[in-house]
Amino acid sequence: MNLSYLFDAAHWDPTLSGGIPQLILSHLGYVALALLIGTVIALPAGLYIGHTGRGSFLAINAGNAGRSLPTLGLLMLMVTLLGLGLTPVLIALSVLVIPPVLTSAYAGMRSLDQRVVDAARGMGMRPWQVLTRVELPMALPVLMSGFRSAALQVVATATVAAAVGLSGLGRLLIDGLAVNDYSRVLAGAIVVAVLAVGLDLLLALVQRWVVSPGLNPSPKGPS
Amino acid sequence: MITFEDVVKVYPGGSTAVDHLSLELPTGKTTVLVGPSGCGKTTSLRMINRMVRPTSGRVLIDGRDVAEQDEALLRRGIGYVIQHAGLFPHRTVLDNVATVPMLLGRTRKQARTDALGLLERVGLSAEFAKRYPAQLSGGQQQRVGVARALAADPPIMVMDEPFSAVDPVVREGLHREFLRLQKDLGKTIAMVTHDIDEAIKLGDVVAIFRQGGRLAQVGTPREVLANPADDFVAEFVGRDRGLRSLSFESAADLPVRPLSEVGDLELDDAGRPVGYGSFTRADSLRLVTDLAIISPAGIAVRVDAEGVADGIVRHHDLVDHLAARRREQP
Ligand SMILES: Nc1ncnc2c1ncn2[C@@H]1O[C@H](COP(=O)(O)OP(=O)(O)OP(=O)(O)O)[C@@H](O)[C@H]1O
Ligand SMILES: [Mg+2]
Repeated sequence: MNLSYLFDAAHWDPTLSGGIPQLILSHLGYVALALLIGTVIALPAGLYIGHTGRGSFLAINAGNAGRSLPTLGLLMLMVTLLGLGLTPVLIALSVLVIPPVLTSAYAGMRSLDQRVVDAARGMGMRPWQVLTRVELPMALPVLMSGFRSAALQVVATATVAAAVGLSGLGRLLIDGLAVNDYSRVLAGAIVVAVLAVGLDLLLALVQRWVVSPGLNPSPKGPS
Repeated sequence: MITFEDVVKVYPGGSTAVDHLSLELPTGKTTVLVGPSGCGKTTSLRMINRMVRPTSGRVLIDGRDVAEQDEALLRRGIGYVIQHAGLFPHRTVLDNVATVPMLLGRTRKQARTDALGLLERVGLSAEFAKRYPAQLSGGQQQRVGVARALAADPPIMVMDEPFSAVDPVVREGLHREFLRLQKDLGKTIAMVTHDIDEAIKLGDVVAIFRQGGRLAQVGTPREVLANPADDFVAEFVGRDRGLRSLSFESAADLPVRPLSEVGDLELDDAGRPVGYGSFTRADSLRLVTDLAIISPAGIAVRVDAEGVADGIVRHHDLVDHLAARRREQP
């Protein structure tokens, strides 16, 4: 067990296909697509359920169901049904994104101070304006924490893409195991971990930037 | 003018919140809806801006049924002050105040400039503009709530217990500012409170509700204090309504005695009384009575606009004056 693979400059050549930079790029590509698809599906659904209170059962149980779903199993099933390719991978990963986003969107909407929402209507905001100008900004802290946990999970799990012949950092693990190159496996594990931490830090910055300081427990004004 | 025409509101649970309410709120005046908790004040108020729909009957503004108007546009034309302020926590004070002007299509810059002026009007300096609601005290939040409701300069204001979340001293200050503002602005105001003193102080018209959402009496504060319609109203306005009704009596024609009648009356160099409570012609009989009761010698000193003593009133003069007044107006 050593770090020689990770620190070999040859593996960091950005032009090399199969080099670490290109693997990171394709890995992040899967992550971004899965987050996009999962969010596009789960966010409106969660907001709607939270807003109307209809289907709360679904939103609450989605979290538990999602955690217990084996992604690799789902991926194999998708490959059997759809054949090899990007689509089954994206489906399997998006399914991972849906529960945390759905649950947090639901919880965010439920946690809103209804007196403030009432005030927004009383000021003469139309339903769409109430949603975009008051409800969403107020629910954002909860929403962002759901999105961040989804992102963490997908970064770690996107390694499965390599199991069905695609690229991504999973290549280092699978190919390393195949040839008993544990230095390569270790390099893969470390890069995935660093990527996960880095992405979470980035999202934490985004959160600080998009969430109003007025929503912090003890807001510090720019006064 | 806001008109309630035989309005009934029954909530889905089956409880009748408002029971056949017919009421007119005159233009340019403050009408205070007052009554014990749960008697339907908030429900009635929220029917004006369509936040609540009547089960039957109509609410009209200047003859137009609110039910036939576009909900959002109607509300933008009615300033709404919400109990406990209801400010948007994610927006700065300035942007809270700018909410309705921006909905009406004013530019952000214009709306913010106007908002700054409004903050000043409600007694908040510019340093508050960039703060968030959570960084304000309860009283400051209430002021922002009032500024936000005033921002689009609506002809009508509905205010639900706007001064309830603050201590008596702050409330006193807010009352003074409210009366000063309303004198300038002359809005048509519907205000809810459960505090009869507040109602009498701020209302041109007082509408007293009783349990079950029924109107017990409508009138000027003076009428309500002088002639309660029934035992409920009499009880509600309080046992000391006689004393309280003196707030509406001017001290202007109260007879005074020369200063020389009081031997030990101490005056400073400018002629202002020292150690005695004083009143002016503009004050009420209630204040004079209060001063005369507190003073060990049983006298109140009248002063002119500069504070210079120009006469005294003895306790028994006051009693005679009140008795004479009673004889004149049975
Ligand atoms: N949304 C609602 N659904 C069902 N019942 C309601 C609803 N809102 C109010 N009520 C009931 O209607 C009655 C009148 O309520 P309302 O809020 O108008 O009283 P209020 O005079 O404003 O009281 P308070 O002084 O306590 O604010 C109460 O009995 C209350 O329980
Ligand atoms: Mg109320």
